[in-house]
Amino acid sequence: MKIIHTDEIIAAVEKLCMDANYFLGEDMLQAFHTAQAAEQSPLGQNVLGILIENADIAKTEQVPMCQDTGMAVIFAELGQEVQVTGMSLTEALNQGVRQGYAKGYLRKSIVKDPTLHRDNTGDNTPTVIHYDIVPGDQLKITVAPKGFGSENMGALKMCKPSDGLEGVINFVVETVDKAGANPCPPIIVGVGVGGDMEKAAILAKHSLLREAGEHNADPEWQKVEAEILRRVNQLGIGPQGFGGTQTALAVHIETFPTHIAGMPVAVNINCHAARHKEVVLTGRDA
Amino acid sequence: MAAEILLQTPLTQAKVAQLKAGDAVLISGTIYTGRDAAHKKMVDALAQGQELPFDVKDQIIYYVGPSPAKPGQVIGSAGPTTSYRMDAYAPKLIELGLSGMLGKGWRSPEVIEAMQAHGAIYFAAIGGAGAYIARCIKEAEVIAYPELGPEAVRKLRVENLPAIVAIDASGKSIYAEGKARYQQN
Ligand code: SF4
Repeated sequence: MKIIHTDEIIAAVEKLCMDANYFLGEDMLQAFHTAQAAEQSPLGQNVLGILIENADIAKTEQVPMCQDTGMAVIFAELGQEVQVTGMSLTEALNQGVRQGYAKGYLRKSIVKDPTLHRDNTGDNTPTVIHYDIVPGDQLKITVAPKGFGSENMGALKMCKPSDGLEGVINFVVETVDKAGANPCPPIIVGVGVGGDMEKAAILAKHSLLREAGEHNADPEWQKVEAEILRRVNQLGIGPQGFGGTQTALAVHIETFPTHIAGMPVAVNINCHAARHKEVVLTGRDA
Repeated sequence: MAAEILLQTPLTQAKVAQLKAGDAVLISGTIYTGRDAAHKKMVDALAQGQELPFDVKDQIIYYVGPSPAKPGQVIGSAGPTTSYRMDAYAPKLIELGLSGMLGKGWRSPEVIEAMQAHGAIYFAAIGGAGAYIARCIKEAEVIAYPELGPEAVRKLRVENLPAIVAIDASGKSIYAEGKARYQQN
């Protein structure tokens, strides 16, 4: 049994919000360089060059790589042998976001009511939290700020089982095609297949936490990832939608068993500002 | 890529006529910012017979909602926001002489028609390059709607802000042409 105080959680989340927005992952930078070498369009190569420079400026000056510092999405995996003391865990995660966005000069982009009262909450909360209770005595927190240029381009389809693999692939490719320039390509395509409606959507979002290009563990699904990537990059959209061969840097698929009558497919597109940072808190002995 | 065209504001009709979809430009001079809420306020003001906060003739509006400036910074990160959300308002401003818009992503047929009818250019800035673009912004001043926070209307002085002519005044679009050029199958 371990005890973790919420003060520690708040401090950790505060830092994760800033780090995620300032420091693009090495995996993404590597992917930019690979894409720049492979891109056929001169305009596309130029865009990738600016993105590499942008990430560098953000890192050195410790400023957000993109002004849309996103809705803060948190994945929390709580070991069942952990006791959280202080305030409620949910309140602590929100407090961490509040502090991180204030101290980090990050943009506050959350409105109170989605439709009736679109007033800014002023502190970028509430945050969207996905909890998982897992074996063990640690708390793993991942902060993944998501901009809405790309989030708005996501889609979900309750496919029929008879649509088969081709149905899944076609839906993903169509979704990327429709999104065009809006989600700031080059993108990462997150795909969730199976479960029920909300499970598919969460799988798609969760897949974006992987390092760019890290494959699904199942060799059959790896092939599907490669096939979708090939098809998406044939669309011609290119970096920023100016035309080119490097529309997506990677396709990440996650799956879950589903009902005999269904095959839900969710697509969550991540922009090149693919942000996620994680920490594992170990607490102290009870 | 061909060398960038140095573009100094104001964006007069003579300059508009020379720009073609796919041209890379470096914008210098004064430009104005505005996004969803500011556009709504401006178009509402016009409907009520009031003046706009600035004269839009021959000007460029940049669709941006910057992040807060750190101490010592002119402005926070300041990349473009997705333009289609301004489509409902843009034709009205183009009618009044607005000759440039700077954002990212596709525009509606109504916006493109207005651009063709009145002579306007739609530029695409590099979406997500917020830190890079902030460096091109030398001065920033809120000139209207301060209550909108990041969405307030700002007057900016920019130097060599990189952009692409996404849609020119003849209606040609780099999004359509570029995609067609690199599409396979
Ligand atoms: S889609 Fe991503 S990179 Fe583009 S503006 Fe939004 S958050 Fe930034």
